[in-house]
Amino acid sequence: MTNVALVLPIQSSEDIVIARQKVRELAIKAGFNVVNQTKFITAASELARNTLDYGGGGYLTFEELINGNKKGLKLVFEDQGPGIDNIQLAMTDGYTTGKGLGLGLTGAKRLVNEFDLWTEVGKGTRISIIQWT
Amino acid sequence: MDRIPILKMGEHLLVTIQVDMHDQIALNLQDDLTNQIAKYKAKAVLIDISALEIVDSFIGRMISNIAGLSRILDAQTVVVGMRPAVAITLVELGLTLDGVRTALNVEKGLDILRTALKR
Repeated sequence: MTNVALVLPIQSSEDIVIARQKVRELAIKAGFNVVNQTKFITAASELARNTLDYGGGGYLTFEELINGNKKGLKLVFEDQGPGIDNIQLAMTDGYTTGKGLGLGLTGAKRLVNEFDLWTEVGKGTRISIIQWT
Repeated sequence: MDRIPILKMGEHLLVTIQVDMHDQIALNLQDDLTNQIAKYKAKAVLIDISALEIVDSFIGRMISNIAGLSRILDAQTVVVGMRPAVAITLVELGLTLDGVRTALNVEKGLDILRTALKR
């Protein structure tokens, strides 16, 4: 069972702060423990920054999930930027085409239960992450 | 609010980060601290992050930068009060804050700085 809760723009660094706060609010509502909460908010922060810095801005969609007695939260980061040319390279620790540390994508993947990446050069990138209680 | 206050206590500069920082606040803090270390000839910087619920790679990089900048300006930096969940997350993220001294709380942080300054 899913229901789409909310869509937020990711167009500025203030939007990343707002997105983090919304993720925190929904993670608490879903009943995540503190470590899970912290990991998920941090992953969201990394991906929101990627959407802004590499995708040229985009959107974050929230979905609340229920599976049996487990609750989950799904976040989808979407941009219409240049896309990722070499996914394998982009998913390597320490690799970056920007000025960061190259930990965003790989780090975020390690912090969440489910990670899914779709990208097409010239069309954009869509990354979804899920965390369960 | 676009700036985080920096308190001067003798040769120490104290910073308590209590807001969820957007990028410009983080960059301002880095600049302000660097300027104040030089202006007050500060020997030590103590940064309290106990109120921070998350430290992502951007904030982590800022903390490393501050530690590096202050070292070059002959000051020591100690980061205190990191929450356990933040520490777990940082390590899993792949960020180990190499070269940054840490302490569990402000008291222990000040002890480290006092000992270091006596040498």
